[in-house]
Amino acid sequence: MIVTVLYYLLTAAIAVLLIRNFLKRKDWQEELLYIVVLVPFLLRLLRLK
Amino acid sequence: MMVRKAVVALLGAALLVVSGLSFYRSRHLREPLVAGPSVIRVLTLGDYFSGVKGTTNDAHIYVLEGREPGGTILLLGGTHPEEPAGRLACWIFAENATVERGRLLVIPTANRSASTVTRLGGAYPPDFTIPTAWGGQPFRMGDRWSNPLDQWPDPEVYIHYPTRQELAYVDVRNLNRTFPGRPDGTLTERTSFAIMELIRKEKVDIAIDLHEAELQYPVISTIVAHEKGQELAALASMMTSASEGFSIGVEYSPPGLHGLSHREIGDHSDAISLLLEAPEPFLDATRGRTNRALLLTGRDEFVRRAGERGLLFEKIDANGWPVDVRVGRHLSTLLQIFEVWSGEKPERAVAVSGVPRYEEIIARGTGAFLKDPKAAPPARVNYE
Repeated sequence: MIVTVLYYLLTAAIAVLLIRNFLKRKDWQEELLYIVVLVPFLLRLLRLK
Repeated sequence: MMVRKAVVALLGAALLVVSGLSFYRSRHLREPLVAGPSVIRVLTLGDYFSGVKGTTNDAHIYVLEGREPGGTILLLGGTHPEEPAGRLACWIFAENATVERGRLLVIPTANRSASTVTRLGGAYPPDFTIPTAWGGQPFRMGDRWSNPLDQWPDPEVYIHYPTRQELAYVDVRNLNRTFPGRPDGTLTERTSFAIMELIRKEKVDIAIDLHEAELQYPVISTIVAHEKGQELAALASMMTSASEGFSIGVEYSPPGLHGLSHREIGDHSDAISLLLEAPEPFLDATRGRTNRALLLTGRDEFVRRAGERGLLFEKIDANGWPVDVRVGRHLSTLLQIFEVWSGEKPERAVAVSGVPRYEEIIARGTGAFLKDPKAAPPARVNYE
């Protein structure tokens, strides 16, 4: 149970990093890449997949 | 630049909503099961072990009881939900069987968690529908392993309890690798433990786990038997092959391979443990498009070509392996096991009528034996 909570915290941390990098990018292709990579992390945090 | 970022973020949000809705609907698809004439009560695994009470895996147990006393047989479907013939056979038993003697315990969705997810990267359809005269019944596609939403993360190596045998990491979520389970383990281990508690407390005589296998897998079209059930399986195999219109073999459960129901149920209870395998080309690695049609028809050009090159352990032709054939094989084999057992142990007999055999399923289809939940009294309708 503790390990599961830690994994959710890790997932949230990576999602925050991806959003931060998305905001820093200046090229739209890189922005799109970050957004697409972000989706599975959010789906897990929302307990949808 | 802000407008562009907003547009990209909106695209991402749309992707999140569309995919999220799809996954949510798939996970929560309701599968009705109309309790048949002999179902006297519906219990759950949580009634036998509180460690799964209220969890995703608090599976329904349909108790079918006859007028005369006899033995007790347990049917397990959905140990691997991506092998639907076993679940469908359980459905047909629970909805149609009249038990004349003894008791039948039916669990159509042994690993409910695994029925709420599909294989990651496998491009599986989220669900499938069995056509019926009343419009068709939907089922979740399911996977071999419990949903990571219910059990996460996986270890580097899965160490089986209690043997300490090392197995593939992902099999920590495989119900057919976690028997006999443990009360303080993962959800999948606790589910195995709950099934073992049910078997021990209800003094089950025979536990039969219903599966399907890829044609590239050598254990196929067979009854896998614990040593306690070898004579029963051999006789049932002979009777089935002689009189049901198809052949089925017998394999002996390897003593050194742990976690499987056919090994551990027999080792850790008084029950005889058997496992049935039917051919399912949908599972073959060489398959083409992994869609609902392949699941239901079992027709695939690539698997057929593999067969022509001698790479398979079961024959396949242009007719494929339709789901009706697979369900019919399970039903006839089960009925033969019941009859052989009842002949050998009359005091522990389990006599059942009203369940179609192979030829009837082929003639009328699986859907002909699924009950319309809208036409049934609401109190008799359960959702898996």
